[in-house]
Amino acid sequence: GISPTAESFLDLLRSVSVDLNHDTSLLIDIPDALCERDKVKFTVHTKTTLSSFQKPDFSVPRQHEDFIWLHDTLVETEEYAGLIIPPAPPKPDFEGPREKMHKLGEGEATMTKEEYTKMKQELEAEYLAVFKKTVQVHEIFLQRLSSHPILSKDRNFQIFLEYDQDVSCKEKECKGNVWRFLQNMVKSADEFLISGVKQEKTFLLDYYSKIKDSTAKAEKMTRSHQNIAEDYIRISSTLNSISADDSTANKKHLEKLSDLFEKLRKVEGRVASDQELKLTELLRYYMRDIQAAKDLLYRRARSLADYENSNKALDKARLKGKDVPQAEENQQHCLQKFDKLSESGKKELTNFKGRRVMAFRKNLIEMAELEIKHAKNNATLLQGCIDLINNN
Amino acid sequence: MFHGQISTSVSSEGRKSHNPLSFMSNGRNPLTTVEGLYFLNICRLILLDLIVVNLLTPTLTEHIFSSLALPKSKSLFFFFFKLSNEARTPLILPSLLLQTSLSVFRLQDFSVKRRFSDFLGLHSKLASKYLHIGCIVPPAPRRALWVRVKVGKEDQSSNEFVEKRRCALERYLMRTVKHPVLLKDPDLLQFLESPELARAVSTQALSGAGLMRMMNKAADAVNKMTIRMNESDTWFEEKQQHFENLDLQLRKLHGSIESLVCHRKELSLNTCQFARSAAMLGNSEDHTALSRALSQLAEVEEKMEALHNEQANQDFSLLSELVGDYVRLLSAIKAVFEHRVKTWQKWQDTQILLQKKREAEAKLQITNKPDKLQQAKDEIKELELKVSQGERDFEQISKTIRKEVTRFEKERVKDFKETIVKYLETLLHSQQQMIKYWEAFLPEAKAIS
Repeated sequence: GISPTAESFLDLLRSVSVDLNHDTSLLIDIPDALCERDKVKFTVHTKTTLSSFQKPDFSVPRQHEDFIWLHDTLVETEEYAGLIIPPAPPKPDFEGPREKMHKLGEGEATMTKEEYTKMKQELEAEYLAVFKKTVQVHEIFLQRLSSHPILSKDRNFQIFLEYDQDVSCKEKECKGNVWRFLQNMVKSADEFLISGVKQEKTFLLDYYSKIKDSTAKAEKMTRSHQNIAEDYIRISSTLNSISADDSTANKKHLEKLSDLFEKLRKVEGRVASDQELKLTELLRYYMRDIQAAKDLLYRRARSLADYENSNKALDKARLKGKDVPQAEENQQHCLQKFDKLSESGKKELTNFKGRRVMAFRKNLIEMAELEIKHAKNNATLLQGCIDLINNN
Repeated sequence: MFHGQISTSVSSEGRKSHNPLSFMSNGRNPLTTVEGLYFLNICRLILLDLIVVNLLTPTLTEHIFSSLALPKSKSLFFFFFKLSNEARTPLILPSLLLQTSLSVFRLQDFSVKRRFSDFLGLHSKLASKYLHIGCIVPPAPRRALWVRVKVGKEDQSSNEFVEKRRCALERYLMRTVKHPVLLKDPDLLQFLESPELARAVSTQALSGAGLMRMMNKAADAVNKMTIRMNESDTWFEEKQQHFENLDLQLRKLHGSIESLVCHRKELSLNTCQFARSAAMLGNSEDHTALSRALSQLAEVEEKMEALHNEQANQDFSLLSELVGDYVRLLSAIKAVFEHRVKTWQKWQDTQILLQKKREAEAKLQITNKPDKLQQAKDEIKELELKVSQGERDFEQISKTIRKEVTRFEKERVKDFKETIVKYLETLLHSQQQMIKYWEAFLPEAKAIS
């Protein structure tokens, strides 16, 4: 079966992003995935009642790069400039647990078999947790798209879901374009951010840096909890060895203490993973989401710049008396684009705020409840051990 | 101030017996006796390198009285050390407090000042007197080489250092005084009561660590000798093996606990940093209720930081120090076992010498050298005495060690049980606080709309 830590991850990012998958006309999930060395192969399964798809129920294999391709393609699409494109799922990162496995292998000689087995179990659970996390993040990304009124109808999205040949050939060229595109955005957008969109942008920039900092600090807290859990394993194991060799009344005391530390470390491990889930993942997700919102503002700022340029061009044209109708048309076009972006942008940002507040509420409540649960658990274990030792 | 009389079985010779309670046995008001004044004389001299310790041990009193054969019900005896941060240097003020059921102690404040090096000096004296006869002399705390207490500075780290030292000295003194043989030692009694103590010379060499090194070297030297002892008593073999294993395990445990202390301190620090970050995030948040909730979260995490820090201190002072003390005690036990081997060796050597002399004498019997023969006979007589003395010594030390080890194991059980329970109670308290804090936060989180 699945270890308790992994099971709790099944609840993962569903809690982070709310209001998904209400519309049953297009249902997407990732029912399983394979991990080969560095590559993760996701099985993307689609169930749909829409006629735009060839089949009502089908699955395709996809890799991480394919998701990135889809994301970047959507970002690049001019029509969606006024939308918050859901943030791309982060690359699967098994470096952490893999490095620890390596270290454990090297240090095998210095610990008892029991200790080694326990630490290996912990690491395997961690590995599995990372795996589950990455599956969920990719799934959420697709579900955000499928529940969006406009993005769900995107042709590229459909290709991604349906095309059963290799899509990754598109990847490399798109990547380069998008990167250059964004770079340009940053350069020109910054100047225009002073005018007009300052308030929203300042808020997001400030919030982004703060949330990024909080994410990093939360990660460190989790790391410390994991370290303590590991110390408890070693202490428990050594106490066990000492008690085995003891023939006095100490034996029972040490056995009980050893047993207690073993139980405490499990709780400590859950504290760490729950904190990760409810706090750190929440912060991480919204950090990425804010980045996506920022991108929207960049695009809006750029369209404003385009509009202002078109105005200048029109004036010039009128002065020279040449190409006035084209200039007028261009100006109108830019104005419309800017208006459209502003309108949909406002809606998106309002939804974004609502989503964020609800997600924080849900996760903070759940985190507090879990902390209470674990502390109560610990208290019971401790009181039990104290009573046992005292009554001996 | 007397509410009654004290009757003890201590000799009424008063001054003659070197018993700190002797002046009380004649029923007079202690304040008027010379010894009483002697005790009252609190030295106001301020000396460098002194540390103040604070200690109150009711359990100790019981033990001391059973050793001195005084009726428990009649008197209480405290060792009391007063902590003082006055003046520019930290001071040691161990105070001997005598309290009878007559509650006289409030008037009398017997205190003597001792330097850290005095404790080391005491230990070296006791070790030199009692280790070789098989008594497990508790090792003194080590001199921490890395910190010099800064004179006049009231910072966190120097306070922590003073406190750690105080606790270590307290535990050391308690263990020493609990030992029935050591308690009767005149050097120990002088240490406890004499207002001024001759400064221990060259305590560098006598520092706890130094002494450990010496003992370990002696132990190694014995091991390196090719002559192995014929162990006729399996008890010793088993015990030695047991202690060697225990030593390894305890060192390992100590390492893991030190790691735990370190990680918990890190957790405290990381929690503090997160709390600050969350507070800033709360400030940036424009949704009012969420902003408030984030600020509250920051406050909870600040409280958690304090909890974690406190717990790390308990991890250290209760768990780590306990295991550390026992690692050092095991070194003393090792030394004592080695002394037994040395004693056996000495006995064997004397026997071999006797044998040689007997052979020589036999040869001399044939030759006609009456002087040399007589000399040989005398030497043989002397050696025969030495041999039986050697045998007695060996039997004595073996007997003593058995008693000592039994006492040690009994003490260990009590010590461990007490400390473990104390430690678990700190963990329990910590968790209960956490429950309180998070339960207070929950409504704040729910209030977000």
